[in-house]
Amino acid sequence: MSERTGFAGWWDRARAVAMLPLISIVLALVFGAVLLIVSSPLINGWDPLLPFTAYRALAEGAFGSVNGLVNTLVNASPLVLAGLAVGIGFKGGLFNIGAQGQFLAGALCATIVAIALNSASPLVAIPLSILAGMVGGLAWGFIPGALKAFTGAHEVVTTIMLNFVAIQLVSWVISGALRGTGPAVTFARTDPIVAASLPIVVGRSGHLGLLLAALAVPIAWWLLFRSTTGFEIRTVGANPDAARYAGMHPRWITILTMSLCGLLAGLAGATEVLGEVRYMPASYGTTVGFDAIAVALLGRAHPVGILFAGLLFGAMQAGAGLMQSQAEVPVQMVGVLQAVILFFLAAEIIVRRTLRIRTAGTGVSSELQTVSRSYGEQASR
Amino acid sequence: MEAIYGIPIIGLIVQFVVYFVTELPGFSGTIVAAATPIALGSLCGFMNERSGVVNIGIEGMMLTAAFVAWWAASIAAQLLPNIDFGLLGITLPLLIGLLAAIAAAMLVSAVHAWLSISVRADQIISGTIINIFAVGITGYLNLLISQQSPPSAGRFEEWRLPDFISDLPVIGWLFDALLGVGPIGLTMLISVVVLQVLLFRSRWGLRTRAVGEHPKAAETVGIDVIRLRYRNVILGGAFAGLAGAYLTIEFGSAFQGEMTAGRGFIALAALIFGRWTPIGAFGAALLFTASTGLERSIRFAAPEGALGEFLTGIPLQFYSALPYLITIIVLAGVVGRSIAPAAVGRPYERESKAA
Amino acid sequence: MLEMRGITKRYPGVLANDGIDLQVREGEIHALLGENGAGKSTLMNILYGLAVPDAGEILIDGKSVEIASPHDAIQRGISMVHQHFMLVPVLSVAENILLGEEPMAGPVFVDRAASHRRIRELGDRFGWQIDPDKPVGSLSVGWQQRVEILKALYRNARLLVLDEPTAVLTPQETTEIFGVLRKLRTEGYAIIFISHKLYEVLEVADTITVIRRGKVVGSRNPKETNEEDLAELMVGREVELTVDRGESKPEQPMLSVANLTVRDDRGNEVVHDVSFEVRAGEIFGIAGVAGNGQDELVEAITGLRHASSGTVRLGDRDVTHASPRELHRLGLAFVPGDRHRFGMVLSFPVTDNLVLNDYYHAPYASGLRRNDEAIAAYAKEAIEKYDVRTPSADVPAGTLSGGNQQKVVVAREFEGELKALVLDQPTRGLDVGSIEFIHRQAIARRDTGVATLLVSAELDEVLEMSDRIGVMFRGRLVAVLDGRTADKEDVGLLMATGGREGGVQPQTLEEAS
Repeated sequence: MSERTGFAGWWDRARAVAMLPLISIVLALVFGAVLLIVSSPLINGWDPLLPFTAYRALAEGAFGSVNGLVNTLVNASPLVLAGLAVGIGFKGGLFNIGAQGQFLAGALCATIVAIALNSASPLVAIPLSILAGMVGGLAWGFIPGALKAFTGAHEVVTTIMLNFVAIQLVSWVISGALRGTGPAVTFARTDPIVAASLPIVVGRSGHLGLLLAALAVPIAWWLLFRSTTGFEIRTVGANPDAARYAGMHPRWITILTMSLCGLLAGLAGATEVLGEVRYMPASYGTTVGFDAIAVALLGRAHPVGILFAGLLFGAMQAGAGLMQSQAEVPVQMVGVLQAVILFFLAAEIIVRRTLRIRTAGTGVSSELQTVSRSYGEQASR
Repeated sequence: MEAIYGIPIIGLIVQFVVYFVTELPGFSGTIVAAATPIALGSLCGFMNERSGVVNIGIEGMMLTAAFVAWWAASIAAQLLPNIDFGLLGITLPLLIGLLAAIAAAMLVSAVHAWLSISVRADQIISGTIINIFAVGITGYLNLLISQQSPPSAGRFEEWRLPDFISDLPVIGWLFDALLGVGPIGLTMLISVVVLQVLLFRSRWGLRTRAVGEHPKAAETVGIDVIRLRYRNVILGGAFAGLAGAYLTIEFGSAFQGEMTAGRGFIALAALIFGRWTPIGAFGAALLFTASTGLERSIRFAAPEGALGEFLTGIPLQFYSALPYLITIIVLAGVVGRSIAPAAVGRPYERESKAA
Repeated sequence: MLEMRGITKRYPGVLANDGIDLQVREGEIHALLGENGAGKSTLMNILYGLAVPDAGEILIDGKSVEIASPHDAIQRGISMVHQHFMLVPVLSVAENILLGEEPMAGPVFVDRAASHRRIRELGDRFGWQIDPDKPVGSLSVGWQQRVEILKALYRNARLLVLDEPTAVLTPQETTEIFGVLRKLRTEGYAIIFISHKLYEVLEVADTITVIRRGKVVGSRNPKETNEEDLAELMVGREVELTVDRGESKPEQPMLSVANLTVRDDRGNEVVHDVSFEVRAGEIFGIAGVAGNGQDELVEAITGLRHASSGTVRLGDRDVTHASPRELHRLGLAFVPGDRHRFGMVLSFPVTDNLVLNDYYHAPYASGLRRNDEAIAAYAKEAIEKYDVRTPSADVPAGTLSGGNQQKVVVAREFEGELKALVLDQPTRGLDVGSIEFIHRQAIARRDTGVATLLVSAELDEVLEMSDRIGVMFRGRLVAVLDGRTADKEDVGLLMATGGREGGVQPQTLEEAS
């Protein structure tokens, strides 16, 4: 094995890591094209060129204008934050399906503080609301972490359950205590968030949350790869026995990791509700927490990868509107593409074998070996 | 009675039980109706997890089946004669819709089986893929199809029990609630009983339990672990198919995007709470939906007195969250731990093949 | 009835079976004797269709057969009682026995009445009162083994393979199982009995075949042999001293273990009342056949396992309940036996593995921040000093050869201010060059005054390295010998028998030092 050094070495590694995600994206686009052609009779009659029209509109919507670009960033930022929440979990050997619930818990706590401080100065209201969101998410991540560490209850099941508990919690608080009374309130929701609403920093809708998401990536990277805590998280994730041998405390690290995941997802929820929605509805319809799983997998649980994956998914969501209006292709096409990308990633071995690719076998699925395989052992400790 | 009512907490509990029992017949039908898709979803999970494969994709399988049932029935209604079999509202289009839903869910299950068993991909990821894909593809096609506003093929009808059964004192309502259901509901009831018996009495059940607990032991006595897992996972899809079809051609007669609304995940919870047995999962599903039924009952006819104040004081959302909270508690072993089949989630690698 | 010819099986880096021939007749108990790792289990896995041989053939009743799966083996009347029982704990006794060969009542249901009857009948043959409905998980290990044997008989096996059947049994249970085997022999069954315990083999077998390092090294009739002869065959005579360990200058006791008792994961007491002292500047070797409590002893000393009673002292400090990190800080280094499980994180680069337990303090970290320059500098130095052959310090440790992986562990553990060093199987599965290198380093460390505890199932290694030798047998330290005068055959016999015959007088600590 010849190892190149310097920039060439870095390039080799980047190519090896990015190869499979890129191939998966291409294969998914091909699959999507076939689906578009097959379903074109339902749209505007038989049209073998529909994929081109649709994908062009998608790209134009995402990148074709300043507003499109800003939209891409606005859509990407919660995905990046929640994607980090899932990705750091992966690094720590945990499958966090609960980003959705942590997102909601964060959004809820941020809203509670924001509404309470609605007449305060933004300089006070904004940081406190964001902080509240992070704390809320942290709490929602701490619970499954502690349950895993001390009872062995598998986090996959507990986080799924907590997602639904969060939905009910939001509904209770918002339709009850926090239900708005102002003229804008026509259904169960809060009054508009005023003081704590995040300032627009770019374009028509690019709020402060973009900066927070952009900041979170290097911080997460530093934390994972340049700090001792990150080293502990990664060691526990890769080999809990070796971690114990090396004097680390796998239980506490597990709790810490899940709390950190919750904090990031909570931050995503806070920025979304303070910057984008600017009020909190009792039934908050979002799929950010689930898309985040796809983002983290596509980004191979690496902060930089998650940034790119989040941008890609954000772009697809931003462009979906134009795709629907120009090419009359429903926005749900984007979800199909996301799932198919994941499918090819999961079937990594098959894709490799079929396409005869030889790259570094550092797939996320191999990092996950300690995760869901222990599912049946949840009670054995 | 007066004396017991005098003691605050016990009095409240007694009042609650009395209230629950008197109100139960009134909303028992809705409880069973709501529990049906959940129980069917649990049966899908049961078939998977008992043989050692995690399935968090039940939700997606149900959603796919719900869409396909409705769509196929609608197409069949346009193209084929509307033959009515004169039983439980079964017509040719609906029957085709049902079969199509089962086939679709089994196909999705086959993909899950392939990823989980042959590719040995992470089984949670496989389930996640199915969920995301199902939301996307059904939403996409639904939007396209509903533009053409296709006719609905209607829905199955509930079985009307003979009056002498419904009118039985004390338990008549129970028969009415359980058996006064449509063909899919009846299938669910039969499946629960049959699978329960098969699990503990049949050769298939014995081998399935062995494969889910200790696949290597099963292989050393000559059982083909891989084949059994494939068969069970794909067959399990049929139940997710029934669950989905129930939503669009028995309980309702139309499809909406993401209409499963988390039922697939409650099904997973019911399976865990029911300790991985069909009867247990069915019981858990009933308990879970009774919790929502109770919520409705309290909203419309709150009991009087202290109990009423207490019950209306509890946020209604609490009843909806209860199933999930109970599941977490059971899983954590705080009260009566629920233990998963030992080999769940771990792909099996045949030793004799590894040279 | 069974003949295996020229069976050869190669695993990466190991020749597990090298042209093994074996013949077993009906009505015979054929013992397969050899140390752990000699290749007995591989041979039996091949016979049972769990592994595919690279060369050789299997004949049953004179006909060449192919056994590709356990199913084939069962069809041909071969049944195996694995060392780790192949029983499903949550299933009942009856269900475990029937599994795969269920008597049916109709096409779907298992005939429970018939199955219970057959199981009772089988049990009655041996006078066993067995409750077919009891879950196997609730049975004692001895009863579980009986279920395994019934499972084999139920399948109409003619040849029964028992892999180390007595390893988990009490002496009474062992006697009883031997009775069962003898009864089976008179009924015409062929039995292969795998063991490394000499007296058991002598007691029960009709023929003994000894395997060493994947080869048959001899066959004996138990009437015409004795334990000394078998021990010599099993462990080999030649001691190859490759490292001159020089004179040791032992000083004050540094690592003292007193009355230590430890339980394994299942709660069985596997280390009983063990006491010894390792002095600064000496290597104390613990010899013993693998599985005699050494793993648990080492884990208890190094803080990975809780000792049920007794004390461990490092210098004059009581460290019985110290955490691994405390012990490391106090100067106890540990090269773990299972380096893939404990010793390193294979997916991490060599650098990270070199600071696996020192990552958190200066100079490798300041506060939360890892100091990558310091780590890299240290790594460069350590890689050079310990001759780790790696393309760079940044490649994942898993890409290195076994010898170089172990050098990484050794480099990490041997550096720094040490009081005591625990080496658990430090050279298992390594190439000769790495073995020699690691041995030299260990002796160099000893000579700087480090108290070294060496635990190894390789008798040669213990003899070669140790100034004093303790022998562990069934969780007890049965003898302590002087490393200069210890005789390989004596130690081998102690390892295999625990000195039951009294052929070797165990020396006391005072005498040996």
